[in-house]
Amino acid sequence: MNRQRLSSLVALASGLIFGFGLLVSGMNNPAKVRAFLDVFGAWEPALIAVMGSAVTVFALAFWLGRKRSAPVCASVFHEPTLTRIDARLLSGAILFGVGWGLVGLCPGPALVNIFTLNTDVLLFVAALLLGNRLAHLVVGPAK
Amino acid sequence: MMYELAGGTLIGLAAALLWLGIGRISGMTGVLSSVFQSWQPQRRWALWFLAGLLLAYPLFRLLGGEAPVVITDHKGLLAAAGLLVGFGTYIGNGCTSGHGVCGMGRLSVRSTVATITFILAGVATVAMMNQLGVQV
Repeated sequence: MNRQRLSSLVALASGLIFGFGLLVSGMNNPAKVRAFLDVFGAWEPALIAVMGSAVTVFALAFWLGRKRSAPVCASVFHEPTLTRIDARLLSGAILFGVGWGLVGLCPGPALVNIFTLNTDVLLFVAALLLGNRLAHLVVGPAK
Repeated sequence: MMYELAGGTLIGLAAALLWLGIGRISGMTGVLSSVFQSWQPQRRWALWFLAGLLLAYPLFRLLGGEAPVVITDHKGLLAAAGLLVGFGTYIGNGCTSGHGVCGMGRLSVRSTVATITFILAGVATVAMMNQLGVQV
C-alpha cells in the first residue's frame, strides 16, 4: 500500500475510533453534557473522566512523538504554532461555551450524531455549518 | 464511570493514532471547516477522518451498542446554539477536541485557557437558564 492510501486509512480509522469513544462515553448525549455543565444544580461530574483519560492518553502519544522526527506515514508533524491569548481566542471560546450550554452539543458529538437522523440534531448541524461560514466571512481564513 | 473512562481512552487513542500516524491534530473545528476546503489536497485527511466519524454511529448500533440522544426540540434554541458553536469555534480556532484533548495534551497554555473559558461559559449558561426557568 502506498503512503497516500495508508494516510487516508489512518485518518478514517482515527475518525471511527474517535466516534466510538464519543458514543461509548455518552459525550454524544446532549442531556448528559448539560448535566455535566450544571455545576450549581443537579451536577453529574462523570464526564470529567472522559476529558481526563483522553488528555492523558494523547499527552503520552505526544510525548512519544517528540522522540521522532516525523510521523509514521507522513513527513511532518503539523503542530499548531499559535500561542497568543487574545480577544479573538477568548471571545470565540465564550460564544462557543454559551452555545454548548444552551443545547449540550459541541462539534464532534454533533457530527457523530448525524446518522441518528434526529431532525433536531440535523437542524443544529445546519446552523453549525452556517455559523462556521459566517465566521469565515467575518474574520477570513482560520488562524 | 467505566464507560466514561473507556470512551475517553478511545478518544485519546484516536487522537494518538492521527498524531503519530500522519502528524495531524484531531480537532473537530478544523474537520468541520475542511468540508468547505475539500479541493485542497492538504485537507484530504480531514474528509477521511469525517467519513470515519460519520460511520461510527451506524456501526455502533449495528454491533448492538446503545447511544441515546436526548436533545431539546426547541427550534429557535437549536438554531441559535448551532450558530454560536459554529461561529465561536471558528474564531477561537478550536473546541473540546482540538483545544481540550489535543491542546491540553500538548500542554499548550493557549488551549488550556480556551478550554477553561468555554467550560466556564457553558456552566454559566446552564446556571442562567436554570435561574430563568428555561426548560430544555
